[in-house]
Amino acid sequence: MGLYAPDESFTSWGRVERRAYPVARPRFASDLAAAINAPDRPATVLPVGLGRAYGDSCLNAEGGLIVMTGLNRLIQIDEQGLILRAQAGLSLGEALRVLTPRGLFLPVLPGSQFVTLGGAVANDVHGKNHLMHGSFGRWVRRIGLQRSDREALSLASNDPGGLFSATIGGLGLTGAIAWVELGLIPIDSAYLDAEDVPFSTLDEYFQLMAESESFEHRVAWIDCTQPGRGVFTRAKMRDDGDLQPGRIEPRISAPFDGAGFLFNGLTLRAFNAAWAAAARPGTRRVHYARFFFPLDSVGDWNRFYGRRGFRQYQCVVPEVTARDAIPELLRAIADSGEGSMLAVLKAFGPKPSPGIMSFPIPGHTLALDFANRGDKTLRLLARLDEIVLEAGGRIYAGKDGRAPPRTFQRMYPRWLELERLRDPAIRSDFWSRVSVT
Amino acid sequence: MTRPIARRVIILGAQSAIAEAAARLFAAEGSRFILVGRDQGRLNEICGDLTVRGAAACTTAVLDLAAETNPQAHMRAWVEQLGGLSLVLIAFGTLGDQFETEKAGPALDETLAVNFTAPARWAMAAAEVVEAQGAGTVIAIGSVAGDRGRRSNYAYGAAKAGIAAFMQGLAHRLEPTGARAVLIKPGFVDTPMTAGFKKGGPLWAKPHQIAAAIHRAADSGGPIVYAPWVWRWIMLIIRALPAFVLHRTRL
Repeated sequence: MGLYAPDESFTSWGRVERRAYPVARPRFASDLAAAINAPDRPATVLPVGLGRAYGDSCLNAEGGLIVMTGLNRLIQIDEQGLILRAQAGLSLGEALRVLTPRGLFLPVLPGSQFVTLGGAVANDVHGKNHLMHGSFGRWVRRIGLQRSDREALSLASNDPGGLFSATIGGLGLTGAIAWVELGLIPIDSAYLDAEDVPFSTLDEYFQLMAESESFEHRVAWIDCTQPGRGVFTRAKMRDDGDLQPGRIEPRISAPFDGAGFLFNGLTLRAFNAAWAAAARPGTRRVHYARFFFPLDSVGDWNRFYGRRGFRQYQCVVPEVTARDAIPELLRAIADSGEGSMLAVLKAFGPKPSPGIMSFPIPGHTLALDFANRGDKTLRLLARLDEIVLEAGGRIYAGKDGRAPPRTFQRMYPRWLELERLRDPAIRSDFWSRVSVT
Repeated sequence: MTRPIARRVIILGAQSAIAEAAARLFAAEGSRFILVGRDQGRLNEICGDLTVRGAAACTTAVLDLAAETNPQAHMRAWVEQLGGLSLVLIAFGTLGDQFETEKAGPALDETLAVNFTAPARWAMAAAEVVEAQGAGTVIAIGSVAGDRGRRSNYAYGAAKAGIAAFMQGLAHRLEPTGARAVLIKPGFVDTPMTAGFKKGGPLWAKPHQIAAAIHRAADSGGPIVYAPWVWRWIMLIIRALPAFVLHRTRL
């Protein structure tokens, strides 16, 4: 039986592109080596995880995919040394289920638990605590890498060839990440104390971000329909000894595709008003799963955007330009008439990542999603690119599906180093698009 | 809530995706394992994971389970090694290729042997142990394909029908002793066995859903357990279809 079978179930999270691919689903380490070196392998392949990248960084239209989720075994947990080693297809949610009851926790969590360890490394994901802990890649101690042109590698941060720092944030292009060794943090509770503070101008947001230093987690939601209005949420882990892990299965699931036309000015205002009204004053006790992964409780929520899918845009602008650039971005969105359902604003601190292609730089990061309305949406995103470039910022590759190569290359001047270390058998639609010279 | 029970578990065909998902549930309860399969490296990968998840012990045995003719000797040695036996999970099997089995050659023999003869032989050897203990459970994995013969997979289906009747009878035999036998009948499951099938839709289950049924069946229920449960009603309808209706389909 061939390792690759045609499969049309894999799409990126934005669901703008769909097609059937030859897909390999390795379950054992030896399957992974075989999938990369198989004689029936498509000319190029791309290792992918749970498909939560929004754009085309997890797609490979010209070749095949290696879906890594079957390689999801734990290899070692060192409770004293605070170290986890596991195969790269393990999801962050699964890892937390095992770690939490032992009083251990992942130091950096993105907005979904349906992200594999390998995906977290390849995108150098960040959380609401970047100011305190930096990005995911900062906690990576070793990486197991399977390339088409070498034996299996075990990379540490002092790797002389630069493969370690190219793999963190390297979008899976340097080889298939087979396993990851990661630093952990101790916890005394699976719960957080969280507090919502409504604000009505962006100045208040900047102020709140600066004065909330004692809170590990800080995030703001911005109302795109009334620029400046928002809710600032700050939280810290509790120490009440309740180490109950979260659930993995969504409570409810979108059973069918929604309709893109439902995302209009009216629903947008209604949704944003409801979100603003949901902010409760005072401190609340909230489980980590609900705090970090609020959207995971609705399975396949991306389907609400309908068959045309949606586009996500996330950028970061440096601290010094943020106070001008963030309002300008919000103005550009308001002028376009394309609202974003969920606009999220966070801060990145100075803790550096080893990744040469890592997204975070010290400053403020804005994440937005837009129903896909074709050219209209693309024009808006191109305008946002201009503002971001002007401000000395950059966009997040894991969420992009359309940035022109020149824009991307200006934002990531070290992209050629990644291209040099790319496994020749690995290709992604994203990389083919942005690496054109 | 009852306290989780640490069990002594033997898994035959431990490399199967369903078996591994089930093993993780037992591992979290501190169980001890003997994993039997064909590939040492793969068994080691699984054992390592189970140990990190909480298994009190995990050892492996490499064996061609379909070819083995003296299962009693192995079974006795493993039970001695574990210091008793709570559960034997018989999870090996092959979907085979219906087209190949129709050539009345070795492919047909293999489909029948791997899915019926060998599991029955191992179940018999396990039954000896649990019957003597007056406790313990033997679980085999069948298939809804055994509920009605259909052109697309009747060789496989016949073997699975055979093991269903066998486990049902074994449950009957063990009943007075306190030991149990259960057949789990999964519907469509997204595993490597079904690679290349068009998947998705409400009827496709994940291995961990079947594993949950196995975990429950270790304590109670049976002798026939559909997983997910909705298949009991689906197969009731499929079985009730008159032949002239079924014969017009390509099922």
